[in-house]
Amino acid sequence: MTTSTAAKYGTARRTVTMRVNERGVTREVSTRTTLADFLRDELDLVSVHLGCEHGECGCCTVLFDGHSVRSCLMLAVQGDGHAVETVESLSVNPAELHPIQESFAEEQGLQCGFCTPAMVLRTKEIIETGQELTDAEVRHEISGILCRCTGYQNIVNAVQSAGAKLRGEATADGARGGRS
Amino acid sequence: MTTEHTDTAEKSGYRYIGKDRKRVEDPRLLVGRGGYIADLKLPGMLHAAILRSPVSHAWIRSVDATEALKLPGVVAVLTGEDCKAKMNPCMNFGPATIAQYPLAVDKVRYVGEAVAAVVAESRYLAEDGVDLLEVDYEDLPPVTDPTAAMEPGSAVLHEEHDSNIGCERIFEFGDVNAAFAGADLVVEDTLRWGRSAGMPMETAGAVAQPGFNGVLEIYCNSLSFSYFSFLIAGALRVPSNKLTMKPVPAGGSFGSKLAAHKVPTLAGFLALRVGRPVSYVEDRIDHLGNSDHHGSDRFYEARMGFRADGTIVGLDIDVVDDYGAYMQFGVGHHGNAFSQVVGPYRFRDVRYRLRAVLTNKCQQGAYRGFGSEVHNWVLERLVDSGAARLGLAPEEIRRRNFIQPDEFPYTIPGGNVYDSGDYPAVLDKALSMIDLDGWRAEQKRLWAQEGRCVGIGLATTQERSVFSSTEFWFLVEKTVLPVTSSPESATVTIDPTGQFQLLLHCQSMWGNSPETVGATVLAEEFGIPPESVNVRYADSAHALPSTGPGGSRYTVMVAGAIRGASRKLRKKLIHIAAHTLEVAAEDLELVDARVQVSGAPETGLTLAELAGTAYFFALDLPEGMTSGLEESYTYDHPYTTLPAPDGSDFGVFYPIMGHACHIAVVEVDPDTGMLSFLDYVAVHDAGTIVNPRSLGGHVTGGATQGIGTTLYEELVYDEDGQFMSSDFRDYLIPTAGEVPAFRIGHVQTPSPFTEYGIKGGGEGGRMVAPAAVSAAVDDALREYGMRVRQLPVKPWDLVAAVQTGTDRQLQRRLPRRRDR
Repeated sequence: MTTSTAAKYGTARRTVTMRVNERGVTREVSTRTTLADFLRDELDLVSVHLGCEHGECGCCTVLFDGHSVRSCLMLAVQGDGHAVETVESLSVNPAELHPIQESFAEEQGLQCGFCTPAMVLRTKEIIETGQELTDAEVRHEISGILCRCTGYQNIVNAVQSAGAKLRGEATADGARGGRS
Repeated sequence: MTTEHTDTAEKSGYRYIGKDRKRVEDPRLLVGRGGYIADLKLPGMLHAAILRSPVSHAWIRSVDATEALKLPGVVAVLTGEDCKAKMNPCMNFGPATIAQYPLAVDKVRYVGEAVAAVVAESRYLAEDGVDLLEVDYEDLPPVTDPTAAMEPGSAVLHEEHDSNIGCERIFEFGDVNAAFAGADLVVEDTLRWGRSAGMPMETAGAVAQPGFNGVLEIYCNSLSFSYFSFLIAGALRVPSNKLTMKPVPAGGSFGSKLAAHKVPTLAGFLALRVGRPVSYVEDRIDHLGNSDHHGSDRFYEARMGFRADGTIVGLDIDVVDDYGAYMQFGVGHHGNAFSQVVGPYRFRDVRYRLRAVLTNKCQQGAYRGFGSEVHNWVLERLVDSGAARLGLAPEEIRRRNFIQPDEFPYTIPGGNVYDSGDYPAVLDKALSMIDLDGWRAEQKRLWAQEGRCVGIGLATTQERSVFSSTEFWFLVEKTVLPVTSSPESATVTIDPTGQFQLLLHCQSMWGNSPETVGATVLAEEFGIPPESVNVRYADSAHALPSTGPGGSRYTVMVAGAIRGASRKLRKKLIHIAAHTLEVAAEDLELVDARVQVSGAPETGLTLAELAGTAYFFALDLPEGMTSGLEESYTYDHPYTTLPAPDGSDFGVFYPIMGHACHIAVVEVDPDTGMLSFLDYVAVHDAGTIVNPRSLGGHVTGGATQGIGTTLYEELVYDEDGQFMSSDFRDYLIPTAGEVPAFRIGHVQTPSPFTEYGIKGGGEGGRMVAPAAVSAAVDDALREYGMRVRQLPVKPWDLVAAVQTGTDRQLQRRLPRRRDR
């Protein structure tokens, strides 16, 4: 088999090492395995949801070295030496939600829950910039992830509420801000 | 700006129902443990991938799997030949002459139809196998224009069916000719509603596993198992008691997983052939082109008659509906239209000519509104047209035609009944939430001073809920299965410590908050915290009669079932308490998880005490009473009747009637056709509200889909039947940037027919938004003579209207457009 044929039929393999949710993992993977499938199938991080597998819906969004990427458009081997966060990094216990997750519950920023892990991670990234955004800016920032249930407004509310909450923890000021 | 909720309901006296509370479903979804179908892994599980037809109409001469089967990891390749030999056609409520298998038998009838399935050790290997299949097609003429498809001499899709007309009927109620003859004004319109689909973020999927004792287990995210399980068993030639359908949560549906029967049927078929668990989860290409649920695709010639004062006197509709290659639901989509054929208006004379046509496109199924959203749009287009011609404001012509609050229950032409409503109140509420005069003044000012195109659109439409199954068959002359049941069941268990389990007997785990609704109703009945209820789902081996969500029925039906089971349990608890306390049962009441003496609440027993007795102290129970605290109840449709045998009347089939008014304020950029929302008010009356927050989510989500239908989304086929919308770069779903911050209002006119007076509200947003947004577009570009006649209306349509309008009106010296 030529190299390209080997890659095509999944026989080319390589060892990857990455930090996933703050833990080191080393696995041998087929070079054609997407990062999304690696996270889901090898590491059982099923919060990574595949909605379209061509980079349009954003449901497979994870944080890659702190920035959101579409894990369906990356290969697992590209993760070698990098850090990945999935929603499991916030909380895996439904009884102990992270403040961002709690905000989504309070604002009903979800219905079927399929885009939700992606939206939660994107919210984390937005908040970590430290900037206070208007609703219109939040809409722009989350527009790479499709939600078919909510009509988005409650997600915008959840992003704002989580931002205020997390800033409030730092500044002892719980007031909600950023509304336009 | 946030979503505002306002409510005009009087105090209900309920403790939990109607209160804004967090959903009980959310915590597990927020930690990424939704348990969706793709998350399921069974030992030894294989994966399937599908080869899909690249041509729209062709004989399949051969499928060569030689190379695919040589590939390590490929376990099997199955084709339509295997289906024909080993199974029966799929479930079908359409003409029996239009049979469908999960893999195409003998011929392909649309681009994307499944031709062969490869089963392999992984999805990657299965797709490798698909790449290696060779198919020999013999092309047939593509049939893509529904009007041409009806002509004699057109190529026929189904040889057994003779023609491409799936159903042709004319229905008339009243005297339409006389009504139009006496009209002062008749407006006519040629209207076109493009094909869109629910398009949930999660596709349909199934995992089938040959189990013990010849049982076949199918996990799937469609709701088929509760209502259609026996039909899937029939297709697979498995005894119905040996097929167990297992419920799996769905990542959205919007109707698209209502039946979704081909996916579980195929997975079951493959698992039976290879003797191992097989997972088949559609990818997005599979779902876009071959889902069971493309929406309505209609061509209208429509007329409405008016008196000079704006009174509507009659409606005459001629609709051709392009059903695609198969007709799984028959013409139920038009039954839905008939449930509210006059909208909220009082006219009596209606003619409806229906032709359902077969073409080389994917089949139709359900999408939020199920055809009545289209009818709403047509009605509102005509009403707006009449108002413009008569010089009446949109709100005024509607006010003059509304069925009045004291006229309910109101029987419409065709026989359906509207249970209750207060349409003027909904309109008033919407108008009170928006400064209509202010916007109209601003609209004039912006046009005159800056050439900016602002438009205001108003729609008032019906929002039928709680279907009865007669609507799936009464429009056809001969029916195979004239079913009349559409019940829902619930089982409530109080455990030995007094904690509650709620078992739902259908698969309802969609975005419709079934667990929140169920827990809320149970909380109301027993005075317990909703969050303390544990909700589970029965599989088909344990399911009581159940229909599942669809047609905005679930909240109404499950509330009825839970209340029925609760009453039986309350009765038992009170009898145990009466026996223990040695007081008469009539003197006891259940208040806040405690049975106590009326008027002397200090004497009583908690649920935990009573439950302990029920489970562990049989000798303390009243004589003849059995141990345990579990009751089930099957709640049947609250009000349905049979159609008249001669077809003169459809009977009552969709009587729980909500209503809504949307007002959209938009701005259209006349240079680019870009549309933006300046304001959006949506007021809905879904009877008694169980949870305003979850209902509000339905409204905003539905309205967003309605905006998508109006402006962005379309499943396009070219004239050869080539599918042009096979990914999300072509099928445009609204993002957060395209939709407004909806302002939601609620009006509550409880239904007299349902428990607590609840009406369904699942589809409302999409039932109304297309009409409101279309009207707003017209209004924005009215100086250019814009009239939305075709959905979706795309930016280039708007620019074209501006350009033609400008050409026409050069002499009128349009104001200068704002400087950009």
